[in-house]
Amino acid sequence: MKVLVLVKQTFDTEAKIELKDGKISDAGINMIINPYDEVAVEEGIRLKEKGIATEVVVVSAGADKAIEAIRTALAMGADRGVLVQQDVAADEFARAKALAKVISEQAPSLVLAGHVAADDGSSQVPTRIAEILGWPHINVATTLEIADGKATCNCEADGGSQVIEVALPAVISTQVSLNEPRYPSMKGIMQAKKKPVDTVAAEAVESKTKIVEFSLPAAKAAGKKVTGEPADLAKEIANFIKNEAKIEIKK
Amino acid sequence: MAGTWIFVEQRNGNIRKVTFEMLSEAQKWGDEVSAVVFGKGVAGLAPELAKYGAAKVYVADADVFAQYNTGAFVAQLAAMIAEYKPNAVLFAHTFNGRDLAARISQKLELGLATDCIAAEISAGKGVFTRSIYAGKALAKVEVAGDPVMATIRAGVFEVVEKAGAGEVVNVAVAATAADVYQNVKEFIPTVSARPELTEADVVCSGGRGCKGPEGIALVEQLADLMGGAVGGSRAAIDSGWLGHEYQVGQTGKVVNPTLYVAAGISGAIQHLAGMSSSKYIVAINTDEEAPIFGVSDVGAVGDLFKVIPALIDELKK
Ligand SMILES: Cc1cc2nc3c(=O)[nH]c(=O)nc-3n(C[C@H](O)[C@H](O)[C@H](O)COP(=O)(O)OP(=O)(O)OC[C@H]3O[C@@H](n4cnc5c(N)ncnc54)[C@H](O)[C@@H]3O)c2cc1C
Ligand SMILES: Nc1ncnc2c1ncn2[C@@H]1O[C@H](COP(=O)(O)O)[C@@H](O)[C@H]1O
Repeated sequence: MKVLVLVKQTFDTEAKIELKDGKISDAGINMIINPYDEVAVEEGIRLKEKGIATEVVVVSAGADKAIEAIRTALAMGADRGVLVQQDVAADEFARAKALAKVISEQAPSLVLAGHVAADDGSSQVPTRIAEILGWPHINVATTLEIADGKATCNCEADGGSQVIEVALPAVISTQVSLNEPRYPSMKGIMQAKKKPVDTVAAEAVESKTKIVEFSLPAAKAAGKKVTGEPADLAKEIANFIKNEAKIEIKK
Repeated sequence: MAGTWIFVEQRNGNIRKVTFEMLSEAQKWGDEVSAVVFGKGVAGLAPELAKYGAAKVYVADADVFAQYNTGAFVAQLAAMIAEYKPNAVLFAHTFNGRDLAARISQKLELGLATDCIAAEISAGKGVFTRSIYAGKALAKVEVAGDPVMATIRAGVFEVVEKAGAGEVVNVAVAATAADVYQNVKEFIPTVSARPELTEADVVCSGGRGCKGPEGIALVEQLADLMGGAVGGSRAAIDSGWLGHEYQVGQTGKVVNPTLYVAAGISGAIQHLAGMSSSKYIVAINTDEEAPIFGVSDVGAVGDLFKVIPALIDELKK
């Protein structure tokens, strides 16, 4: 079975965000694989190690430098990559269209993705891809089992969690608790350099949405810092909770 | 045209507060606001929805809607959009809401703005504010579409009562059991007497500084005194002191309470992403330099094992 993993290259989660000419500046930003996608890559590699997957293909849409994210995934143990050259400003609709086209061509039995991108965090792309392909999708998966042409996952749900089973081919979006991604080994990094990465141009699809303004949130002014005996601190906080925040106390 | 539709989030007949928040906010845009509810035996929810201004309540009542499933819900909503032609459809940014919204948007080849914290819709266009880069930046997104589609974060809009006609429209059921392709083998509800984390007015969270279940128990006592929910930092969750569903932050839940209390939490950027938009923030931390103090209204430099018991006594006075 062929497994395809979607990886988005994102800013390091520690990155400080600055605006330049009204846009988010990527100057000096350390780029990483979206943390959820790293979990998806790890899961794909584990499926191969278990003998369930025969090949793990990593696909990323974005600027040329997104190839670094693909190389990292290859160093972890994925087999080959496809870079879909696309304007990073493409919206979820255009990205889903471009990625779904590559997925159709690659014809995997399973697509693994993150459940949200840590940058623009829209939680749309895998769901849209599943709709385009007419496949089932399990979202926010915390476990994954593949057997008898089916995928079964525990996943987060509103008001609890649930166990869902779907027939393959399917899209599964991961939560970080699914696994602990490995670090690429030195040998893995050397091997990754020789693994094939194809580059394709994205299908020309117009975005349906447009970002008209970026801004930085007003910095929350730090309030009062209080020190002293626990009893004094307690008085200060209690006064704030009752009189400022006006929270009702259940005695 | 059928105005603005609010897709109702409910489980077993209990409507989630975010639905009322959306109904209330949508009144500001001038268009007629209606609610859309799918379920089994849900017609009785209409009066509750009318209380927040729903002019009509579109009800799709059938066994196939008894619990959320993508296939049947998408089929039903697609049929209704084609028939009634709403100008906009808003969903809650819950697991189900975002699944349905993204799926239907793709099916109809529409744009979608997700997890919005501000919204304005007029003349077939929606302008939505989204928090991006884990709250470190904001983006204003324009969505033109027929209908305009968005999902809304819980807790950002105020609930305002306003009597609506609440006229029940029983719609034709367009989905069948054949549309269901996910087999939900088990649903495990979170059993808690406390409110849902994303909807609570008060959230008290504990971090590594709680040092173990005893510290978390103090945080829980404090939360209960205020009818609040309990949350935790990733360190507290990874240590196994709280279940995964209680994590607040970038990889956990985003909360928007009136009051957030952080006890023994340093305030890493990934934690701040989940709580810094709280109206009031109180932090208790032994380290005077802890970054959490940078976003706190009241920052108490002290040992939570001493401060929380004293605070509980003080609040009870
Ligand atoms: C991709 C990614 C995603 C992440 N997502 C999340 C997320 O969703 N949520 C999240 O929380 N973290 C997340 N993290 C982890 C985050 O970076 C921090 O590691 C984590 O928030 C630290 O938790 P903490 O504040 O409880 O622990 P620490 O940083 O260890 O802080 C403990 C604090 O307790 C204080 N303390 C100790 N003893 C006491 C006492 N007796 N009384 C009072 N204070 C005391 C200490 O001074 C210290 O400030 C993520 C990290 C990454 C890389
Ligand atoms: N440009 C992209 N290239 C590859 N995968 C992507 C891209 N954008 C989104 N994805 C996948 O879709 C998931 C959710 O992204 P989003 O819908 O943008 O929050 C990510 O975790 C990725 O797995």
